[in-house]
Amino acid sequence: MIVAIVSLTLLGLALGFALGFAAKRFAVAQDAGLAAIEALMPGTNCGQCGYAGCAGAAAAIARAEAPPTICPPGGKALVEALAKRLGFSVDVASLTEPDPKIASVDEEICIGCCRCLKVCPTDAIIGAPKQIHNVLREACTGCAQCLDRCPTEAIKMTPIPLTLQHWVWPKPVLNGTLGVMS
Amino acid sequence: MRARAFFARDKVPWGVHPHDHKRPAADVATRTLPLPERLYVPLQQHIGAPARPVVMAGKKVYKGQLIAEAQGPTSAAVHAPTSGRVHAIGEITAPHPSGLAMTAIIIESDGEDEWIDSSPCRDPFALPPEEIATRIAAAGIVGLGGATFPAALKLASAHKAKIHTLILNGCECEPYLSCDDRLMRDAADEIVAGIRLMMRATGAQQALIGIEENKPEAIAAMRAATHHSPAVEVRVVPARYPMGSEKHLFSMLMGREIPADCRTTDLGALVHNVGTAHAVYQAICAGHPLVERLLTVHGAAVAHPGNLWVPIGALVSDVFAFAGLLGEPARLVMGGPMMGVQLPHMQVPVIKGTSGLLALSAEEIGSTSPSSCIRCASCVRACPVGLLPLEMAARIKAGKLTAAVDFGLKDCLACGCCTFVCPAHIPLVHYFLHAKNELAARARTELRLEATKRLAAARKERLEREAKEKAEAAARRKAERMAQKAALHRSSEEATV
Repeated sequence: MIVAIVSLTLLGLALGFALGFAAKRFAVAQDAGLAAIEALMPGTNCGQCGYAGCAGAAAAIARAEAPPTICPPGGKALVEALAKRLGFSVDVASLTEPDPKIASVDEEICIGCCRCLKVCPTDAIIGAPKQIHNVLREACTGCAQCLDRCPTEAIKMTPIPLTLQHWVWPKPVLNGTLGVMS
Repeated sequence: MRARAFFARDKVPWGVHPHDHKRPAADVATRTLPLPERLYVPLQQHIGAPARPVVMAGKKVYKGQLIAEAQGPTSAAVHAPTSGRVHAIGEITAPHPSGLAMTAIIIESDGEDEWIDSSPCRDPFALPPEEIATRIAAAGIVGLGGATFPAALKLASAHKAKIHTLILNGCECEPYLSCDDRLMRDAADEIVAGIRLMMRATGAQQALIGIEENKPEAIAAMRAATHHSPAVEVRVVPARYPMGSEKHLFSMLMGREIPADCRTTDLGALVHNVGTAHAVYQAICAGHPLVERLLTVHGAAVAHPGNLWVPIGALVSDVFAFAGLLGEPARLVMGGPMMGVQLPHMQVPVIKGTSGLLALSAEEIGSTSPSSCIRCASCVRACPVGLLPLEMAARIKAGKLTAAVDFGLKDCLACGCCTFVCPAHIPLVHYFLHAKNELAARARTELRLEATKRLAAARKERLEREAKEKAEAAARRKAERMAQKAALHRSSEEATV
């Protein structure tokens, strides 16, 4: 019995030291750049990009496997920030963002099951069991995670209406090389 | 006098001098628009949050009755411009380059034009300054020069900043417009009373009224009206566009230039339009809120140009139907030709900031097709803020907005001088407007991204807290169960003993 205890203890100690040494000696430094990219991402892990959360997307962008434009909630602002961080140039003006949409709950169909509010990455849906749920417009990022959770299809993605405050003067359109207005 | 003014103009190193087209419209006696059947009173006629309606469809309202209250710190109240019935709260095309819709209270006039019981103030100069500002806010008065910033807020902040001079803007430097000119000729005494009330509200010791030299009748009328008020002085300024910009008028009258990041109140002066002074007089002395305004109807396509008193919410089509049109106008503009808004059609309401309605003919607009920049620097000489419009536009064209900001885009007034003088007809000011809007939109997106990050972090924190609380509750229940069991055990032991 004593032999068994001593041998296993020694074995444990030896392996422990070996592992400790290996961890120090062969450590892979956490990529600081990757962490910086991840910090730029929205951090909602909404999955619209198709990667496993924002960390996955950040890694894919860092490896140049994914374009910097894959994050819909980040939009142009994120593309610009990434361009600055990663040192590539991008013509932000030429990017077309899909019309931003937000979720809305149809009060007549909602049964108050609370399934949607559990998956919302920004806690933008308020509700309680057997109470009609509602979406806080300011908090919704339009990630559409709640869409498939609803058993009664009460959630719809609706485009954010354009208001006078958000309207942007269009850029003057000039025609080709002559610089003549079309 | 004339020679001095001539030399003074030569000294103005900025701006442009377009043909003013003010006469003969300025010399025609003021008329009043016959009351339209329906008035479309928008909730958003000012800078800030839209007003909140306080009436329901079907309700009877009197002229001057509050129909929408100010919402938030920067907002302005809206009053019924005539007596009648609220037909609906619906939508109407906004007087805005986008042509988008805005919410408006639609009032069906009953033709009586009956005022609500107003309380005229017998001794307005005995009112404390705060009370004057409160009454001005209650009357829904906004800057009538075009910026439409709530007037009471400006007065209160100037009072806090302890300004010494109130500057009244009677320049009216935009071509075609003559409503301020006409108002100064018709109601000089009321304007001066309004100025004295505003001086009391701000604590200013003197008031300077800046009037461009091309309005001799208005200058004479205002001089006569200020004869007995030594603290109020009329100053003639050269006719130069954009003299009516508050920073430029301040520099002209005070002899000091304003730093880019400063406002006039930082240097001890507040600038208000003469029309606003008149509205202040109406609000305090007569108890009448801002429900109508004087505006200029002009343009080669107008049969009878002139100045009209128009109720807020009247449609542009009502105004042109009264003034008459000579054929189909080539372009409709609300405001002046330099900074005004091109209207998509005539079903647009007159708002508090509408200083003019222009129906321009094809000859007046001229056909312009932009060509390439020849780097003549005409725009540089014209720019009243000393920017390099050609450099900024080149960068915006290439999509480098931040580079344009480095060239001083934020200081651009969007006055349109550069576009006016450009021999290549490049729509310079449109580039700047686009860039300003686009930058604002990006700033909004960035704020949204920040907020999203905060919300995601808050959710993570909440989930962790909930998990912890759950675990703690479970542990507590377990402890309770154990205690209960132990107690049960002990009592059974005692019973056996």
